[in-house]
Amino acid sequence: MANYNWPKQGTASLIGKSHTRLDGMMKATGAAKYAYDIVRPNMLYAHVVTCDIPHAKITTIDTAAAEKVAGVVTVKVLKKTGDEIRWAGDIVAVVAAESDAAAAEALKAVKIGYEKLDIFVDDENLDAAKEAMRTGTVGRNVQVEDDSIEDEAQEDAEIEKLLKASHKVISGTYGIQAITHCCLETHGSTCEWEGNHLTAHLSTQNVSGTKTQFSGPLKITADEVTVHCDFIGGGFGSKFAADQWGVVAAEIARETKRPVKLMLDRRTEQEIAGSRPSGFLTARVGVDERGVVKVWDSTQWGTSGVTGGGVAQTVVPYVFDPKNRRRLAIPVSTNTGPNRAWRAPNHPQGCAMTHTTYDDIARALGISSLDVFMRNLSSVSNGKAEVYADQLKIAAELIGWKDKWHAHGKGDKKGSVVTGLGLGLHTWGGGGHNSRCSLKVHPDGGVEISLGSQDLGTGTRTVIGLVVAETFGLPLSAVKVNIGSSDYPESGPSGGSTTVGGVSESSRRASQDALAQIFEKAAKKLNTTADKLEAKNGRIQVAGSADQSVSWKEACSLLGMSALETIGDFKRGGQTNLSSSGVAGVQMAEVAVDLETGVVKMLKFVAVQDMGLIINRLCAESQIYGSVIMGIASALFEERIMDAQTGRFVNAELSDYKLPRLGDVGDIVIHLYEPASEYSRGVVGLGEPPVIAPAAAIANAVCNATGSRVPVLPMTPARVLGALK
Amino acid sequence: MRDHERTSPPRSGSSRRAFLKGSGAVAAATALSTAPQQVFGQGGNTAVLAAGSKSIELNVNGASKMVKVENRTTLLDALRYGLDLTGAKPVTSDGSSGASTVLVDGKPMTASTMLAVECVGKKIETVESLGGDKPDAVCQAFVKHDAMQCGFCTPGFVVAVRAFLNKNPQATEQQIREGLNGNLCRCGTYANVIQAAVAVAKGG
Repeated sequence: MANYNWPKQGTASLIGKSHTRLDGMMKATGAAKYAYDIVRPNMLYAHVVTCDIPHAKITTIDTAAAEKVAGVVTVKVLKKTGDEIRWAGDIVAVVAAESDAAAAEALKAVKIGYEKLDIFVDDENLDAAKEAMRTGTVGRNVQVEDDSIEDEAQEDAEIEKLLKASHKVISGTYGIQAITHCCLETHGSTCEWEGNHLTAHLSTQNVSGTKTQFSGPLKITADEVTVHCDFIGGGFGSKFAADQWGVVAAEIARETKRPVKLMLDRRTEQEIAGSRPSGFLTARVGVDERGVVKVWDSTQWGTSGVTGGGVAQTVVPYVFDPKNRRRLAIPVSTNTGPNRAWRAPNHPQGCAMTHTTYDDIARALGISSLDVFMRNLSSVSNGKAEVYADQLKIAAELIGWKDKWHAHGKGDKKGSVVTGLGLGLHTWGGGGHNSRCSLKVHPDGGVEISLGSQDLGTGTRTVIGLVVAETFGLPLSAVKVNIGSSDYPESGPSGGSTTVGGVSESSRRASQDALAQIFEKAAKKLNTTADKLEAKNGRIQVAGSADQSVSWKEACSLLGMSALETIGDFKRGGQTNLSSSGVAGVQMAEVAVDLETGVVKMLKFVAVQDMGLIINRLCAESQIYGSVIMGIASALFEERIMDAQTGRFVNAELSDYKLPRLGDVGDIVIHLYEPASEYSRGVVGLGEPPVIAPAAAIANAVCNATGSRVPVLPMTPARVLGALK
Repeated sequence: MRDHERTSPPRSGSSRRAFLKGSGAVAAATALSTAPQQVFGQGGNTAVLAAGSKSIELNVNGASKMVKVENRTTLLDALRYGLDLTGAKPVTSDGSSGASTVLVDGKPMTASTMLAVECVGKKIETVESLGGDKPDAVCQAFVKHDAMQCGFCTPGFVVAVRAFLNKNPQATEQQIREGLNGNLCRCGTYANVIQAAVAVAKGG
């Protein structure tokens, strides 16, 4: 088997440099077509009819009036009387009409009767949850250093003993509210049939994987479905599925023999198409005089919706794993829309709930937070203590830690404004997902690569083009990249920071295989052997000597009449030099807090991030900028606010659901950490890691500024003022 | 933090506001009693719409276009579904995301909060008018500074930046940070948008 590898660090002509996106101008001029933008002659517009009550039994469904609304073509009922609704926004029926406006009008005419059942949405209030019988089985996970300990009672006694023996015990409550994905393009599709073949223009981060999610329920076979998605208006983990509403759109299109567009309305999008679990935690932490954690004891709770769930215990405490720890987790069942994967599932909440605790160690001992984090690196669970130490030094330098640091609450006050510094660490896996591609080199020199992947906005298209162009010694513009269709070879869903790893694996493999064959042909022509050749500057040449060369075109003409086609295939977990998994990352924040208004302002944010080998520097930086800004959102602005009485999501419109705007983000400084030790690991992936630590870093900066801990995020002015009292 | 300044004040008349309110731009103000008829004649679309539709003439990107609309049809729907100009995006019907921003008589307006019928006689410019063989400097700067990720907010942002820089050609970075808060981006491209806007302001 061929030995696939990357160019030696510093020798690549394209990889690792900054490149603008292949599709950048299409996006900047409105030419990019999203699922929402597919307009077909004779198309029907469909809207969903949802239930307003978060827990109810359906008693009646009457569609007669809706069917009479002018322009309505069909009303499809998805539930039956007697069915139980367990969260508001659940879909009861779908209306399809000649215009978007007619469908929206008709859905209001569908009359549904309900018998209201008990409602519980107050996930933050553990006592209320217990009283309402909404808590599930307590998850228990304990490790103790003393291996003579055998049962739970002994474990509990040991934890208490260690706490008692500690220099100091830090205790506190921490938490972060549930948030929603807020994809700007709502979930949905435009579905059309040609005979027995369905084409679903689906807003998805999973073109290859959603095909069978249509064919199964539609009782056709996978070959009769094409899922198409050239551009997706945000996914963040919430768009892996065809979803009930995708399948219904296809059904109505089949029944009416007309194309159907069904995109969720904004409120429904926010209510049911994705949320991130909330997490709350009380902790007692025993430390020594240097701030090193000797024993950790926490109880956490939170909700993923009716199923309970919440944040995984494995991220508590986050990154750090003291030798003695007890962690208990209580799932809380609420009548809220189900959770979906949200960038780096569990990690941002784990970080926000526990790196704040670590910061409180510094506050309690009156020492520097940076020292506390440094001193606890010996307990990191991912083997990256040295990387963190290095990154902490770089980040501290970039934010000016030494000059700006003051003990918690001891900084100078300018008017009513105080400033502070905070930090957090993170980790993630990444690596490559399964990916298969087909690469064609035409005898006229044309190059095209096809794979059933998608571009979430991370620049996947451009990454693929860069890998192929680099391998062939061609400019990026010479490669045609075909993605966004399930008709291409299967590539994995874009999730978990595995896409760049996966697609660069398959595309590098296919390109290196093709190049080997082209070298064989060119070697004969150049009277040399293939092992002496290189592809550079649009030529195939004897290494280092451009005068013994043929142009790329000439070399390809040696292929004969038909195109050379290679398949690149990567299976996750296989032996490879091209990708690996596991990253660290350090982030620091500087904020200003107005003690009179409670308003927090971002001054500066520093993100130091490793990601193995970088393919496209420009888009890598954009990923980090974006992640930091998303982190600022959950630190200061966004939360799903549920009304305890009605159970409704009261801020389910984007005008009420507060997100940062352009003026709210301060200065963001990025350091791409790529020493030889990182480059040599190959591609790791970047989508999740930098979104994890901002909330903790910002929360710690606010605490450093004011001297008071805001226990629950986001740190709205009201919560900040509450903490200051 | 400051209130988010709107670059695209969408509201001008209380009657329209009431008309749009509460139904996602759908209201019962239009009589819907007669038979369905053909609408959206442009762009090959022959969708049959509810009655009450009529042909109106819109001046879009320098050309006169006939579009069939109902009274309740928003400018956004007329552009997207009538003229296949899908650069302006539907994100929030109340205009709070700025994703549907277009220029109406040179002013940035959210097409989701305007009715197509009230735009007759006005000059409408969509993001598509900034493309073509020689794309606008703002589009070029957005590409160069990678001021986009998923790209769904990008067209609205491009138009908002164009309008802002038309009004403030020498804008400083501070003015840009204060003046472009009417557009929402979920991917977090603000840092790149600032770079792009500053580059255009500095370049001319």
